[in-house]
Amino acid sequence: MKKEEYYILDYCTIKNHSIFKNGNLIYSDTESETLKGFAKSIYKFLGLSYPKFHKMDNLCKLGFLASEVLIKDNVKLDEDTALVLSNKASSLDTDRKHQESIQDREDFFPSPAVFVYTLPNIIMGEISIKNKLKSENAFFISEEFDTELMYTYSKILLNTEKASSVICGWVDLDTNKYDVFLAFLSKKGKIKLTKEELNKLYNQ
Amino acid sequence: MRKVYLASDNIISPLGFSSEENIEHIRSNQTGIKKVNDSTIWSEPFFGAVIENDKLSETWKEISNDSYTKLEKMMLLSISKLLVKNHELDINKCGIIISTTKGNIDSLGSNDTKEKAYLASVAKTIQQYFSLSKTPIVLSNACISGGLAIAIGKRMLQSGLYDDMVVVGGDLLSEFTLSGFYSFQAVSSKPCKPFCKNRTGISLGEAAASVWLSVYKKQNATNIQISGDASANDANHISGPSRTGEGLYISIEKALKESGLTSDQIDYVSAHGTATPFNDEMEAIAFNRAKLQNVPVNSLKGYYGHTLGASALIESIVARHCLINNELFASIGFEELGVSQPINVIKENTPLQLNRVLKTASGFGGCNVALVIEKVIS
Repeated sequence: MKKEEYYILDYCTIKNHSIFKNGNLIYSDTESETLKGFAKSIYKFLGLSYPKFHKMDNLCKLGFLASEVLIKDNVKLDEDTALVLSNKASSLDTDRKHQESIQDREDFFPSPAVFVYTLPNIIMGEISIKNKLKSENAFFISEEFDTELMYTYSKILLNTEKASSVICGWVDLDTNKYDVFLAFLSKKGKIKLTKEELNKLYNQ
Repeated sequence: MRKVYLASDNIISPLGFSSEENIEHIRSNQTGIKKVNDSTIWSEPFFGAVIENDKLSETWKEISNDSYTKLEKMMLLSISKLLVKNHELDINKCGIIISTTKGNIDSLGSNDTKEKAYLASVAKTIQQYFSLSKTPIVLSNACISGGLAIAIGKRMLQSGLYDDMVVVGGDLLSEFTLSGFYSFQAVSSKPCKPFCKNRTGISLGEAAASVWLSVYKKQNATNIQISGDASANDANHISGPSRTGEGLYISIEKALKESGLTSDQIDYVSAHGTATPFNDEMEAIAFNRAKLQNVPVNSLKGYYGHTLGASALIESIVARHCLINNELFASIGFEELGVSQPINVIKENTPLQLNRVLKTASGFGGCNVALVIEKVIS
C-alpha cells in the first residue's frame, strides 16, 4: 500500500443561487425562480452543449454542473479518476415524483424516465458518461457531510492505486434546498489533503 | 497487505431466517418466488419473493416487543442472529456498513412516516438498537450495493481502520420499485429465467443479510477469503448495460489481477443474472471477453428474485457456503441458452471441488463490481 502525499487540486461549491470555484464566485443567478431555471442558467453560462443534460433530474443536474466547473481546466481526466459522492436525501426529490405517480391507483402513471433517477448513484453515471470515466464509484448517505468518511475512503482508493485521483463530495437536494461541494483530490496541487482542510473548504 | 475473511453470515429471506436454512432450500432447488396476492403492493397478482409478515413478526417477538418497520426488523434480525451465532463478535468494536438501495421506501406514501424514507434513518435505528457509539456507514449504489459494500469493508479492514466489520444489506419488495420496473416493461409475468432463451424480465424479491468480515482466521474451520475486488463504471448509459460489457469486464480483470489469479483458475462464477434481455446478454459478453465462458455459472435470482441492495451480499454468502461444501447449485429457471455468446450455465446441482469463486454484479448508473472469493488451502 502506497502512502504518498495527496492534494486538493480544485473544489467547487453550489449554494445560495451561486456557484464557486476554489472559493471564488464564478456565477450567481438570483432571478431564476425554480431550481430547474437556476440549473439551466448555469448550463448556459458555462456554454455547454450536452443534450443529455436536459433529461437529468435536478439532483443530477447539480452534481453534473459542479463536476463541469470542477474539471474545466483539466485537459483530460484520467480514466481511473474515482467518484466518491454522498448526501443526506439520497434521490428523495425524484422518489417523491415517482411516488406521486403511483399514489392513486385510479390515476397511475409511473414513468421510466422518472424511475431511473430514483437512485442517487445515477449522478456518478452521468458524470462518468460525460467524462468517459470507467472508474470506481461509491455513493454514501449520511446526516451531514462526513469529512472523515470522504477523506478516509478517498485515501484508501489512492493508496491502493484503485484510483489515480478522486472526485469526492456532497450533492444534496431536498425540496428545493440544495448543497453541493465537490473536491478534486490528486497527486498534485497546492492545498495538502487533510481532514481539517477538506472540512474547512466544505464549510467555506 | 492484510487478508480479509468472510467469517460468518446470516440471510433473512423467503427461503428462511438462517444461512443454513437458505442453503438447504437452494440445495433442494426450491424457489422463494411465488404468485403474490397482496393489494398493498400491487392491484393484481404478480410473481415475486416476499417475506411473510406474520412469520417475520413472530420471529421478531422472540427478540423484541418494540415496533419497527418491516425492513428494520429484517435487518435487526439478521444482525442479531449473526451475533448470537458468534459470541466472540463485539459489534461495538466493528465498523458497520449498511447496504440498501431504497431503505424504508414503503414509508414515503404516508405523511406520518415520511422521515423513515431517509436512508440514514436505518443507520440511526441500528445504532440505537445495538447502543453503538458510532453511526453505521450507509452505501446506496443501486444493484451492486451489497457487493460493493463487501469490497469497501475489505478495503477498510486492509487499511487498518478496523479488525472486524459487519456488512448488513436489505431491501423491500415495494409498490415503488415494482411499479418502476413495470414502467420499464422489465418485469417477468412468470418466475424469472436468467440466461434462458425464454426469459422476459426480472422477478423482484425482498431480503436482508449480514456478513462478518474479519482480518482474523478461524481455527479448525474452512476459511474463506476475499482476495480481490474491483468496481468500474461503463461510462455508457444510465439505465442500459454496456453492449460490450465494458465496466463488468474491467471489474473482473482488476479483481483477478489483485488476487493474482487468471480466469482459468476460477471454478465458479456467481453472476448477477437478472433475466432481463439486455443484462444477461451484457454479462455473457463480458464473461467471454474475460475468458470465463467455460466456467460453471449461475444466477440465484431464480431463488430470491432481485433483492436489490441485498442481492450481491446474499449471493456472496451463498458462494461462501458453496466453497465450504464443495457444491454448485442449478441456475433455476434456465432451460436453453438465450444469450449470443456461449456460457456454461449450471443445469443441475453438482458436487465439485471448489477453491475460487468470482462474484459479479451490475446496476443502473452503469456500475459494476467483481469479487474474488477464495478458499484458504492450509
